[in-house]
Amino acid sequence: MKTTLSLCAGLLALSLGTANAASGGDSYNLVQKGRYLATLGDCTACHTQPGKPLFAGGVSIDTPFGKLVGANITPDPETGIGGWSFEDFQNVMSKGHAPGDKRLYGAMPYTAYTKVSREDNQAIWAYLQTVQPVHNPVETNLLPFPFNLRSSLIAWNLLNFEEGEFKPDAKKSEQWNRGAYLVQGLGHCGTCHTPKSLTGGDKNDAFLAGADLQGWVAPNITADPHAGIGAWSVEEIVQYLKTGANRFDIASGPMAEAVEHSTQHWKDEDLMAVAVYLKDDPRTDWPKPVEPLAADSPAMVAGKAIYADRCSACHVGSGEGIAHLFPKLAKAPLVNAADTASLIRVVLAGSRAGGTEAAPTAPAMPSFAWNLSDENIADVLTYVRNSWGNSASPVSSAEVTDLRDSLNER
Amino acid sequence: MTDKSKGFTRRQILVSSAASLAVGAAASAKAATVAGTPGWIPFDHNGPMHYDTPGWQFFTAEEAREVEAIVERLIPADDLSVSGKDAGCAVFIDRQLAGEYGTFARLYREGPFTPGTPAQADQSPLVPQERYRIGLAALGKYCQAQFQKPFSGLEGEQRDKVLTDLEKGAITLEGIDAQFFFQQVLGNTMEGFFADPIYGGNRDMVSWKMIGFPGARYDYRDYIALHNQKLDLVPLSIIGSSAWNKKG
Amino acid sequence: MATPKKLPATDVVVVGLGWAGSIIAKELADEGLNVMGFERGPWRDTAVDFNLASATDELRYNRRQELMLRTKQNTCTMRNTPAETALPMRDWGSFHPGNGTGGAGNHWAGITFRFQPTEFRLASYLQERYGKEVPAELTLQDWGTTWEEMEPHYDAFERLAGVSGKAGNLNGTVVEGGNPFEGARSREYPNPPTAQTYAPTLFAEAARNLGYKPFPVPSALASQAYTNQYGVTMGPCTFCGFCTNYGCANYSKASAIVNVLPALIRKPNFTAKTNAEVLKVTLDSTGKKATGIIYVDANGDQFEQPAEIVVVAAFIFENVRLMLLSGVGQPYDPVTNTGTTGRNYAYQTANSVRMFFDDKNFNPFIGGGAIGMGIDEFNNDNFDHAGLGFVGGGSTRVTPIGAAPIDSRPVPPGTPAWGSQWKKATVENYASSMSIGCEASSYSKRTNYLSLDPNYTDPHGRPLLRITFDFPENDLRMAEYCTNKVAEIAKSMNPRAFFPSPRKGPWANTSYQSSHIVGGFIMGADPKNSSVNKHLQVWGVPNLFVVGSSAFPQNPGYNPTGTVGALAFKAADAIRRLYLKRPGEMISV
Repeated sequence: MKTTLSLCAGLLALSLGTANAASGGDSYNLVQKGRYLATLGDCTACHTQPGKPLFAGGVSIDTPFGKLVGANITPDPETGIGGWSFEDFQNVMSKGHAPGDKRLYGAMPYTAYTKVSREDNQAIWAYLQTVQPVHNPVETNLLPFPFNLRSSLIAWNLLNFEEGEFKPDAKKSEQWNRGAYLVQGLGHCGTCHTPKSLTGGDKNDAFLAGADLQGWVAPNITADPHAGIGAWSVEEIVQYLKTGANRFDIASGPMAEAVEHSTQHWKDEDLMAVAVYLKDDPRTDWPKPVEPLAADSPAMVAGKAIYADRCSACHVGSGEGIAHLFPKLAKAPLVNAADTASLIRVVLAGSRAGGTEAAPTAPAMPSFAWNLSDENIADVLTYVRNSWGNSASPVSSAEVTDLRDSLNER
Repeated sequence: MTDKSKGFTRRQILVSSAASLAVGAAASAKAATVAGTPGWIPFDHNGPMHYDTPGWQFFTAEEAREVEAIVERLIPADDLSVSGKDAGCAVFIDRQLAGEYGTFARLYREGPFTPGTPAQADQSPLVPQERYRIGLAALGKYCQAQFQKPFSGLEGEQRDKVLTDLEKGAITLEGIDAQFFFQQVLGNTMEGFFADPIYGGNRDMVSWKMIGFPGARYDYRDYIALHNQKLDLVPLSIIGSSAWNKKG
Repeated sequence: MATPKKLPATDVVVVGLGWAGSIIAKELADEGLNVMGFERGPWRDTAVDFNLASATDELRYNRRQELMLRTKQNTCTMRNTPAETALPMRDWGSFHPGNGTGGAGNHWAGITFRFQPTEFRLASYLQERYGKEVPAELTLQDWGTTWEEMEPHYDAFERLAGVSGKAGNLNGTVVEGGNPFEGARSREYPNPPTAQTYAPTLFAEAARNLGYKPFPVPSALASQAYTNQYGVTMGPCTFCGFCTNYGCANYSKASAIVNVLPALIRKPNFTAKTNAEVLKVTLDSTGKKATGIIYVDANGDQFEQPAEIVVVAAFIFENVRLMLLSGVGQPYDPVTNTGTTGRNYAYQTANSVRMFFDDKNFNPFIGGGAIGMGIDEFNNDNFDHAGLGFVGGGSTRVTPIGAAPIDSRPVPPGTPAWGSQWKKATVENYASSMSIGCEASSYSKRTNYLSLDPNYTDPHGRPLLRITFDFPENDLRMAEYCTNKVAEIAKSMNPRAFFPSPRKGPWANTSYQSSHIVGGFIMGADPKNSSVNKHLQVWGVPNLFVVGSSAFPQNPGYNPTGTVGALAFKAADAIRRLYLKRPGEMISV
C-alpha cells in the first residue's frame, strides 16, 4: 500500500513538526493545551472557512448592523498575526484592542473572552504560533457608515463592556467555578443566548434567556423549568453538548455547528462543569407560563389534524419524539419560547440537525413550505405549543407570512 | 406553491440535489463531489411534478372530448362513484402526456425496434403522445366510417360496444394495434382514477373514498392492532385534507 | 474520445454506493485508507428526496419508477433462449434496479433472511443426499465458503440494518417462535419482531393449525428506535404502506443512506463522487493488476482515477457488465461450457395464492415490505425431495406491503377490466382479499447466462448487458409443487375463493416478479468455474474485488439482501485482516 504508507509517514512528520515549532521545554504541552482551548472557544467558527486552511479567516458574520468578516489569525506576518507579540494578543482577548489602536467589534466576543485567564491566553497564543501561516488578506469590516467607524466603538465599550478576568466565587465548588469560567469566558454562550440591547450589547440581567439570531432563535438556556432547560438533568445537558442530541432536543442551525466544531470535542469534566453551573441559577422568579389554549379552539382542532397527517410519523402522536432522531416537542424550551422564528423557520424551510462522531445520523426536518399554507403552519404550531404540557402564545398566519417572505428574499 | 414556471411545479434537479451544491467546489472533476455531511439548503425538496395551470396541455379540444367520452364509459357514473370524466381522468392523461411520460423521456428509445416475443414486452416505436394522437384519430375514422359520428357522438351502450371490440381486437385501427391502444388508454385511465389528486385525476379523492383507501397517511401505529375492523379514516392526499380546514 | 484526465491516486476506489459498496467503503475508511466511492446516480437524502408529504406517491414511485435506474441511462437486453435475438428492456418490468446512493436498497422491501448452512455447499450436499436424482439440466455449484465463515458477517449486517425478528436457532438450540430451519445463529436479532396486521396473523394461525411453525419475517423495518454499530439511529416503522418501490421518509427502513452513509460521509478520508458512471476497470499490461477506473461525469468528461484496490459493488448487472467490458475473466460460452464471466445467472421463482373472503377486513393499506409472517417447511431442502423430480423450494409468507390502489385492487379472475361490473368487484374485494406468496429458489442451468449484447448500446456507446434466461424445468416443477402446498393452507382458511398462481414459463418482462437476480460473476473454490474466491477477490487480479449477488452461484428461496450485506462485510474483513498485511492472492490454487 504505497499511498497508505506515505500517508502515515506524512502524519508522523506533521506531529513532529508541531512539537518542534513552539519554543521552550514544555512547549508541547502548552501547545496541546492551547489547541484544546481554541476548540473550547470555537475559533474556527469565525476564522476558518469550510474546506479552507485553518484560521485563514474569511468567514462572513451577519450582524444586525451589517457584515463582519473573521480575520486571518495564522502567523502570516503580512495578512495574519505573524507580527504580533503575546501582549498584543492578550490585549485583543481582554480589551478588544488590536495592534495599531484598532478596536474590535463585539462580534469578536471579547466581552466574554475578557474573562479568560492570562495563563490560558498564553497557551492559545503558543498554539496559534504552530499553525501553518497562510497569506490571505481579509477585509474584516464590511459594515455600512457609521458603524464602520471603529471610533464608534469607544462609546459602545463604555455602554456594553466590563473588562476583567473571571473571579471565582469562593462560596461555590471548583466544578461550578470551572463551569462559570467556561460559559462566561471561552465558551461565550451569551454571545448567542443572551438577549441584546439596542446597541448590540448583552442584556446581562437576562443572561442566557434566549435571543433572536440571524433568523434563528438561540433558545433560553437558563434553569427556567418552562421556557429554559430547567427540566434537563446534568447528564442530559452533557449528552446534548457531547452528541448534539438528547431526549429533548437535537441541535440544528448555528448550534449544530457549535456542537460539531466545538462542544463534542470538550472533555467530559468540562461539559459536566458547564451543566452544573447552568443548573445552579440564583434566579427563581421565572415568568409564569401562559395558560394553554383550549383543545377545542378552531386552530387547535385543525392543528391536531395537520399534526397527525404530517408530523406524528416522526415526532410521535404524544410529541415525545425519538431520541437522537426526532426532537421531542413536549415541554421543549424552543417550542415554548416567546419568539417563534426558529419554529416557523424549520417547518417552512427544513433544517438539518448536526452530526457528531457519537451521533452521526444528522437527520433533517423536511421543508413543508411547498405543502402547508401559512395558516396550516400557524395552526399546527399553535397546536404543538399548547399540547402535552406545552403552553405558549398561538402563532398567527401573519407571522408565518412574514418569515416566509423574509426567507425567500435571502 | 413556490417555484412555478411554465405551469410546472418542481424545483430544478440542480437546485434540489444537495450534492450538486458541491459542483463548483470540485472543479477538477465535474461529477458532484460530496465530502462531509451535506449542508441543508433551505426549502430543498424534490417534489412531485404537476401542472397548476388550467386548460388542455397536450390534447386538442377535439381529442380531449373523445378521451372524455372514453373514460366516462371505462369508469361509468353509478351509485359507487362519479364517472372517470368527472373524476378528472382525461385531465390526468393530458398532463401526463405533456410531461416526461408523454415522450418516455426516462426510457431507452434506441432502435432497432422489432416486435419481439410477448415475453420481451412493449417494443413499440411509438411514445405515449404518438399512441394517443394516432389512436384517437384512427378511432375517429373508424366511428365515422361505421356510424358517421365521432366516438363521442355515440350513445353509451354503442360506445361500450366499440370499446369491447377494441379490447378484443375485433376492430382494426389505422396506424396502431387496437388492443395495444385500448390497453394504453385503460391503463392511464386507471392511473388517473386512483393516483393522488395532485396529478389532476381522482378529484376529491373520489376513488379512495369509494374503496376505503385512506391515501397518503404515514402513521398507522395506532391502527395496526385493530384487526378485522373498518377504520373509516379521513383520506389524505399529498395536497392535504379537508380536516385541515379551520371550522368556526 | 479524448484521453481521460488522470487524477491523483487514492488507496481504494469503490464502484457503487448501495448496500455493498457503502459497507466496504466504511470498513476500509475505518481502517484509515483513503476511499473514494463512485455512484452513477445522485446523492439521496431522506428529507430532500423522500419528503414525508410527497413520499406517498404511487404514480411517481411505483408506476413511473422514479427511484429506479432510468433505462435511458442503462438497461439490459433480454431473450429466453440463445436462439432468439435479445431486445432491450425499455421499461423495467420483471425487476427494479436502483439508482443513486443507497441503490435498490432505498426502494427494497426490507426482508432480511440468512441463507441456510447447506446452501454454501449446495451442489455437494444435494449430490450426497439425492445422487443421480438431482436433475441433470442444473449447473449447481458450491460457494467455496462455509456457514461458519458466513455467520459473523450475517450478524454484522443484522446489527447494521437493525433487523427485527425472532431467532429460531440460537447456538444450536431451537427457539420457539422463530424459524426452526435457520442455521445456528450466535445472537438474537437486534430488535424484536414488528407488530403484525390481520392477514399475516390469520395466515400464521392457519399454518400453526396445520402443524407448521410460523415465524415473523425478519425485517429491516425497525420495530423500535435503534442505533447501530456506526452510531446511526433509525426510527420505528409506522406501517405507512408506501414501502417497496418507495423511499422511507422517517428513517425506519434500513438502507445505506440511513444506516451507513451518514457515518461514512463525515470521514475526512472518504469522498463520494455522484452522477459519475464508471466505464471500466483499468488493468496493467500483465492483466494481473487493476490500476484504477475510468469514469464519466455528468458533463460527459472522462477521468482516470488510479487506486491500489478496486472494489466493484454495483448492482449485479453492472458488476458483470463492467467485468466483461474491462476484460476481466474469460467470457462464459454456453456452447463449449468454458469461461467464467457471465455464468450461472439465476433469478427467483415467484409464486402466490390469492384469496377472496366475504367476512374479513384486512385494512390492506397498513403494512410494509417486510411486515409479515412466514413458514419455511417448503423451502430449499427443508422437505424430502426423493422421488419428486426436482430440488429446491420457497419461503412461504404473507407480507402486506401496502395497497396503494393503482396497482393493488385485486379482483377474481374473469372480472371485467372496466365498467360498472369492474367497479363493483373492485369495491367489494379491495379490503377483503389477501395473498400468500412463495418466493422460491432459482437454480442455474447451462443456457442461462449474461453476455454483451451485439446490437444495442448505452449512451456512451458501450454494449448493453444481454440476459439469456428461462426457468429450468426443475424450477417450474418445484413451483407447481410448492404452490399446491401453499394452496392447502389457503383452503384451510375458508375463503370464498382462492386462485393459485405457480410461476410458469417463459420468463417475461411484462410484470414485476422480483429484483432478486444473481450470478454471472460467482464465487467458488476453483478458478476454472468461478470468478472470485471466498473473499470476493477476483482470481488472478488480487487487488480487484467484485461484491454483490453477482457472486451467488444459484439462488435459494430467500431474499438476497442479507447475504449481499454479509458478503460485503466478509470482503471488507478479508481486506482488513489479510490483504493489507500481505497484498496478493489470499487463496492460492
